[in-house]
Amino acid sequence: MSPILSIKNLNKTFAGGFQALKNVNLDIHKGEIFALLGPNGAGKTTLIGCVTGLVNLTSGHITVDGHDIYKDYRKTRKLIGLVPQELAVEMFEPVLGTVNFSRGLFGMAPHPAHVESVLKKLSLWEKRKNSMLTLSGGMKRRVMIAKALSHEPQVLFLDEPTAGVDVELRRDMWKQIRELKSLGVTIILTTHYIEEAEEMADRVGVINKGEIILTETKQDLMQKFGKKELLLDLENSLDSIPEKLSHWDLKLKSEGRRLSYIYDAAKEEYSIARLLSDIASSGLNYKDIHVYQSKLEDIFIELVKDK
Amino acid sequence: MNFYAIKAIYNFEMARTWRTLAESIATPVVSTSLYFVVFGSAIGSRITDIEGITYAAFIVPGLVMLSILNESVNNASFGVYMPKFTGTIYEVLTAPVSYIEILCGYVGAAATKSLVLSALILITASFFVPLEIQHPFLMVLFLILTAVSFSLFGFIIGVWADSWAKLQIIPMLVITPLIFLGGSFYSIHMLPDIWQKISLFNPVVYLISGFRWSFYEQSDVSLWVSLMMISAFLTICILLARWMIKTGYHLRS
Ligand SMILES: Nc1ncnc2c1ncn2[C@@H]1O[C@H](COP(=O)(O)OP(=O)(O)OP(=O)(O)O)[C@@H](O)[C@H]1O
Ligand SMILES: [Mg+2]
Repeated sequence: MSPILSIKNLNKTFAGGFQALKNVNLDIHKGEIFALLGPNGAGKTTLIGCVTGLVNLTSGHITVDGHDIYKDYRKTRKLIGLVPQELAVEMFEPVLGTVNFSRGLFGMAPHPAHVESVLKKLSLWEKRKNSMLTLSGGMKRRVMIAKALSHEPQVLFLDEPTAGVDVELRRDMWKQIRELKSLGVTIILTTHYIEEAEEMADRVGVINKGEIILTETKQDLMQKFGKKELLLDLENSLDSIPEKLSHWDLKLKSEGRRLSYIYDAAKEEYSIARLLSDIASSGLNYKDIHVYQSKLEDIFIELVKDK
Repeated sequence: MNFYAIKAIYNFEMARTWRTLAESIATPVVSTSLYFVVFGSAIGSRITDIEGITYAAFIVPGLVMLSILNESVNNASFGVYMPKFTGTIYEVLTAPVSYIEILCGYVGAAATKSLVLSALILITASFFVPLEIQHPFLMVLFLILTAVSFSLFGFIIGVWADSWAKLQIIPMLVITPLIFLGGSFYSIHMLPDIWQKISLFNPVVYLISGFRWSFYEQSDVSLWVSLMMISAFLTICILLARWMIKTGYHLRS
């Protein structure tokens, strides 16, 4: 299946000479949720800007559903919805008016029922007559999402959609994003909450200093980079690792009260059993065992640190 | 053509006007009345007729032009600068619209407002002087051409400006002097020879002169030259605005 969004050899150098994107290649499949991760200033917003028309490309090609974003901009832009990172709203406009404006701007005939359902899903219907000035920050962000959904886009860019949104609403939003996915909408989101990517994404891309350093399905990523840590709570604290266990790569933690062993679950299937029997035979006693699986966050930090 | 987009932008811009309806109407009515009290009655009564027209009547076309130029430039430049300033311009830049739709929306709304204003000014003026308009169609044509081209000019300034100061500076330092030196309150024939020649470089002279001709069949320069000059100005503005939107000058990074 051909990708819904295809980015080829994309470079962006800003007017000041700063190169924000370096030879980016990326394909997004129809109907997936793709999470773009990267530290501040990595180029996430710039990349989204290139696709949506806010940033002029320095070189490269981008197609959406097979259409070139310059030659066929009317077609591609109609397919795309954008929720930008920065809150930008018309302060004096009422909520309903501003959402209707967005729909019209994207060339769609008025459709009150659709707009109503979008506003209701975002819990904004009661506020529809309020001017933007009277909304809270989280509500404003939801209005921006409503604006982006007003023209029924096929590809939705969410640039940190849940920044400044409380926990409950964030879960609500995740639910709605999944609902959009079930309708066949492709979703590309950036986030600094790794749990969000972990919860939502089918695939993850990591960008650092303008380069995509990795794209993987979430499962592959966890499997490839996912480490486990075995922790033993010792009965008596130790000053150093006993001689007998020196061939294991063990570390002492919590002032010698805990023994830690980091291992790769995929590769070392039987090592834990051997380790435990070695420990038993060395005469060490332990009260409890914990196993931690690394989170996407740890993987991410490691990836970015390496570069 | 994306007509829904034109309608959306146009209505949005007009809504801004409705929100401030009282100011929008009061300002031109009050300022026109002031001009008539000061120039028409107080000073004007001491000035002899200009080519058979009383001074108060003579300044009517100039006053209308004065307001329409200022209002067109101010409205259109504000209309596009404001979303740039607040960031809401992102929506227009990511929408499936060409320069034509953007201009029709923003410039159309600003020009509409200017035209309504000039009607208000003419009505106000009719309370002070008996108005006679020899060529009403030509007058309306001049009004439309002027409103559209200076709204376009305002749009260009709004895109170009990257600070509030810059937004103000062109209207203040360029437009206002050109209007005052463009024969709003006098016939350029009243100037010394050399200044008459210099005045011919002022595009506003052609506007006011042609516009005045549609009222009184009296003008400083020929009607056709006036029409040609304003058409040329309009064309230049369209090309410049088109270039700005297409290349994303001061709009896209
Ligand atoms: N208009 C611009 N002119 C010059 N440099 C810019 C411009 N916009 C962004 N940059 C630079 O490009 C780099 C990437 O910025 P970008 O906004 O894409 O980062 P990001 O990954 O979205 O970061 P964040 O997580 O903080 O949102 C940064 O170093 C930034 O300073
Ligand atoms: Mg960003």
